[in-house]
Formats: sequence, structure tokens, C-alpha cells
Amino acid sequence: MSERARPGRGLTVYAIIAYTYLYLPIFFLILFSFNTSKFSVKMEGVTLKWYGDLFNDKAIWESTRNTLIVATTSTIVSTVIGTAAAISLQRYNFRGKGFSEATLYIPVIIPEVVMGIALLAFFGQTGFTLGLPTIIIAHIAFSIPFVALTVRARLQGMDRAVEEAAMDLGANEVVTFWRITLPLIMPGVLSGALLAFTLSLDDYIITLFTAGPGSTTLPLRVFSMLKQAVTPKVNALSSLWILVILIVLVASQRLGARKT
Amino acid sequence: MLKAIRERLSLQGLILISPTMFWLIVFLLVPLVLIVVISFGARGIYGNVEYTFNLDNYARLFDKGYASILWDSIWIALMTTVFCLLAGYPLSYYIARTHPVRRSLLMFLVLVPFWTNFLIRIYAWMIILRGEGVLNAVMTALGLMQGPGQWLFEQIQLYTPGAVLISMVYEFFPFMILPLYTSLEKLDPALLEAAADLGARPWRAFLRVTLPLSVPGIIAGSILVFIPAMGMFVVPDLIGGAKTVLVGNLIRNQFLTARDWPFGAAASMVLMLLTLGVTLIYTRTFGFGEELVP
Repeated sequence: MSERARPGRGLTVYAIIAYTYLYLPIFFLILFSFNTSKFSVKMEGVTLKWYGDLFNDKAIWESTRNTLIVATTSTIVSTVIGTAAAISLQRYNFRGKGFSEATLYIPVIIPEVVMGIALLAFFGQTGFTLGLPTIIIAHIAFSIPFVALTVRARLQGMDRAVEEAAMDLGANEVVTFWRITLPLIMPGVLSGALLAFTLSLDDYIITLFTAGPGSTTLPLRVFSMLKQAVTPKVNALSSLWILVILIVLVASQRLGARKT
Repeated sequence: MLKAIRERLSLQGLILISPTMFWLIVFLLVPLVLIVVISFGARGIYGNVEYTFNLDNYARLFDKGYASILWDSIWIALMTTVFCLLAGYPLSYYIARTHPVRRSLLMFLVLVPFWTNFLIRIYAWMIILRGEGVLNAVMTALGLMQGPGQWLFEQIQLYTPGAVLISMVYEFFPFMILPLYTSLEKLDPALLEAAADLGARPWRAFLRVTLPLSVPGIIAGSILVFIPAMGMFVVPDLIGGAKTVLVGNLIRNQFLTARDWPFGAAASMVLMLLTLGVTLIYTRTFGFGEELVP
């Protein structure tokens, strides 16, 4: 392999500007979460008052709980059945395979608002009561394709010789799956699950149409806070959110690095 | 014997895919078909749906007021895609050309803002673009708040279409970078060396070698940005104030406040056909990029 030409100076300067554009908004967001002044953009003093307010806000705790219930349940279900779908599509031929593949792409290529109103109409016309269960159903539906596509990409790059060796040595299909196949595709399954979890945490649009009274999730709560008078409490909440995501990402990167 | 094995394998495949297909048919395909049916219906007096067959809802969409909403949505989505591409290409190119060890760190840094909540990203821009916000304070301190500076600020301050565009580009930037980087990183440097050996200047080598080979990334990135940008209603809501109404806002309002489901359903159908149409033209022309897979 030959050495690549290094990027020129102009391009380096551009990259610095681009990263500034990506991070400057977040920097100010976090900075103002420590500001004593409620509205001003001048730092008048440093305080942890807004974080205190946040911890004493019952509504925030309730939405956090709802969000975690939804994200955990939908991640587990979509990871299990999405992985099965990936194995099926990669390893087997059956009638209706083309149809299944096409259906899997639908949530990726239709705008979220259309999926949201379709589910609202469906739940309304079939007598479902809107609440946590309907949110979970919706989140599973939009997460499955992302899990299936991620796991399938991992399966595509896999050497089947190890599995064949296990079978030759007398392991049956079930044992081979649990002892050989699953451990080998585990990094793909885990990154699919991480994707499903963060998509669920992030989702505002589809949740808006499938939520009912008492099932407010954190994004719904943040939106209503942004619509009313905004205080640095939102900054405090956002900063904590970014911190948690950062910890999860770094941890999963470390884990992934150790696996491969 | 062989036939029996093939049938058994086919059955295993079906069993493995059936939970997913059950879920997607019941909670995705059936609801979408319902929307198609409702779009031909009529609104009852109590905001209920009367199942009839008429095209009134579609006809209404092409009234002057609503047609301009559709046009604005396409325009903003296209502008978002173009700006993401123009800003994203040099950055992806830069990342693909740095040392492999730094590459993954730089990609990680692009993705961190994307993994945080998208409402948080919108709010961050509200702080900057507010009338009394960060940008105003910085420009005032630098003495730029007069003449052209003042004019520029008025074009992009909160509750203007300019602010919507800035925030949308920020929102969808990583969707463009990811596939672009993937296709640029795969590019074999030997090809560029060959071009150089044959006497091509760097700029010409870029236009004739790098750019054509990164077309799949450009296509995938454009689709990944264009589709969500077309349906977006949260950014116009929070950043555009009441001035920017896009087709996403129209659909949301018909379903949640005006309770005219048939009209909202018709608008959804048009939105879906527009996005699918653009996506199909793109993929038919250039082939379905594997870069679409996350």
C-alpha cells in the first residue's frame, strides 16, 4: 500500500472551522447551564442552582422513568427479532424474501411524521388506548430495520468455515448457533442494540403521535419546556444528557475495541 | 431428499423472519394503507372520518396557499441538502485523508453531537440566534452591528427562514458525512498516483477520479438528508416561529389540532410520493448505494 497524500493546509483550516461549527453551540449550551442570570447571555456568576431545580422537578423524574421503560423494552424486543430477521435474510432462501427486504426499508425511507400519523390513525380506529404500550409498539417498529441492517452487515463479512468446522465435529445447529455464530456476530448485535436505544431516546416525532396522558417522555417534556419560558434548567438537563450519552459512547467504543 | 432439505431450510428462514414481518405488517403496512384509504374520505362534523371516495382533499392541496407550503418544503429540503453536501464534502475528504488512527477519532467527534438529542441541538441554536443571543452579543462587541452586519443578522436571527436553514443543516450534517466518508475512505490512493503519473494536476485528478468515485456516497448522503428534511416540523416550530409553515407542520396540525384527518392524510400521501419519487430517481440513475446501510 502506498502512502496517502496528506491533506493540505487550506483543508486543515477548513476542518477546524467545521468542528468549531459542530461544537460551539454545545459549548454555549453547557456554559449557560452554570449562569446565575436567568435570561442574559453574559456570564454573571457561576451557580449549580439550575441542576438543583432539575433534581427537585417531579415531572422530569417521571418522564425520565417513562423514557427508560420505553427505550429498554423496545431495544430488547427489536434486537432479538431484528437479529433473527437478519440471519433469515442472509442465510436462507424462502418465498416472499424480496417482499420482506422491501418492507424492512420502509421505515428508513418514509418521513417520520407520516409513520407517526399512520400509527395514530391505526391506534385510533382499532381502539388502542394511547400510552406507554403504544409508544413501545411504535419504537419497536422503527428500530427493527436498523438492527436488522446492522447485524446483516456483520453476517456478510463473516467466515462460515468456523461454523462448518463445529458442525463437522458433531455440534448440531442449535449448539453451533449459541456457541459459534452468536458470539461472532455479537459486535454487530450490540451496535444494533445501541442504535435502537439511542433512536428511542432521541425520538420526539413518532412519540408525539403515539403518546397519551401520563406517558410523557423526556423529549416531549423538553419540547414543552422550549415552547414555554426557557430557563437555564433546560441547559442543565441538556448538559447532563450530553454527558450521559458521551459516557455510553466512550464505553461502547472501548468495549468494541477490546472485542476486535 | 434434496427437495426435502430445501423445504426444511425455507421453513427455518420463514420462522426466523416471521416476528419481524408480523410487526411490520400490523404496525406499519396496515397503518399506511389506512392512511391511503382515509385520504379519499371526508371529515365528519365531529372531526371523525367518513369513508367515502372523493379527491377533494388532494384538490385542496393544490390551492394557492397550500401549494406554496409544498413548494417551500421542497425548497428548504433541497437547500439543506445542498448546504450539507457543500459543507460536508471537504470535511469528509479531510477525514479520509488523515492518518488512520486519527480518522476514527475525527469521525467519533462528528457523531457525538448527532447522538445527543435533536431537540437539544435545536435549542443550542436558539440560544445563539435569539434577538438578545450570543451572536448578537458577539457582533455588538466587535462593532459589527451596523450596515451590512446588521442586515446579515436580521436574515439569520431567530424566527426567520435563514435561521431555519442554519439549524436544519446542523441537524442533518452527520447524515451527509457518514456515507461520504465511507466512499472516500475506500478510494484506492494508487488511482490518484496513477493519474498523477500520467500527468494529471491534483485538481484535475480530483475532478476526474475522486469525485466520480464518490458519487455513491453523495447519493446516499443526499437521500439521508433530504427525506427527514422534507417531513421536518419541529425546527420550523421552534426556530421559524409562525413565519415558516412546512408540509410537516400542516400534517401535524390536521391530525392533532384541526382534526381534519382526511386532509392531513392526503398531505401525507403527497409528501410520501414526493420523497419516494426523488429517492427513486436518484437510485435508478446511480444504483442503490450500500452506503445507505448504517
